[in-house]
Amino acid sequence: MNREARLKLKTSVLIFLVIMFGSLGNIFLSKGMKRVGTFSSWRPGDVAPFLAHALESGLVWIGILLLILFFVAYSLVLSWADYSFVQPASSIGYGVVAVLGYFLLGEAVTSTRWIGVGIICLGVFLVSQTPARTTEQS
Amino acid sequence: MRDAVLLFVIVCGGTGGEIAVARAMKEIGEVHDFSPLNIFRVAIRAVQRPWMWLGVGLMALAFFALLAILSWENVSFVVPVTALSYAAGAFGGKILLGERVSPVRWLGVGLVCVGVTLVCLG
Repeated sequence: MNREARLKLKTSVLIFLVIMFGSLGNIFLSKGMKRVGTFSSWRPGDVAPFLAHALESGLVWIGILLLILFFVAYSLVLSWADYSFVQPASSIGYGVVAVLGYFLLGEAVTSTRWIGVGIICLGVFLVSQTPARTTEQS
Repeated sequence: MRDAVLLFVIVCGGTGGEIAVARAMKEIGEVHDFSPLNIFRVAIRAVQRPWMWLGVGLMALAFFALLAILSWENVSFVVPVTALSYAAGAFGGKILLGERVSPVRWLGVGLVCVGVTLVCLG
């Protein structure tokens, strides 16, 4: 495998991990926070107990762990790939969340949202046709 | 006016933060070894870079600005504006990181902006 193909494969694998960690992290965090209850007051005396209560949830911790892994994978791929390549490419996570929500959680997904997902996929396809790295490595 | 300032902080702080992280990681150089030990070493080197701290700080600022504006504005107003982050990202990548953003990439970024807006409105 030549250098360019290896770079493309490595970038694709890392962006896939970015998307999965980010999407699953947000889903777990969202599920966990919904169980914790509604955040209703910004007073310092109320914020701390609310956060402490949220951190008792296992789902919140799984969400936080996945989002840390998301940040690690995102930082690693940025060590070689263009930011203007990685950022739009990872937006396909919006589609992943819609598909996971529809098939796994049975959530209703409106036609506007599906059209949006389709347009994102088209945009990401176009971005993926450009080289992942256009700058020289330092 | 208050909304405009906060939306500016959300878009520019979030994107600027990620660009600063990208800058820190570019200084470290391409990662070839993905063993947990080497990733840990890379993380240690990353936190020694001022750009990484600037990036994390800007992202935290953008996050708190988002929380603040969501306490009085609807998500359907706020989130589509944040889709502009993708255009700001391509612009920032070109100007601040010296990346070559071809017309095809600009077109892709534009479609992503439209798609994200529709997903958030839907």
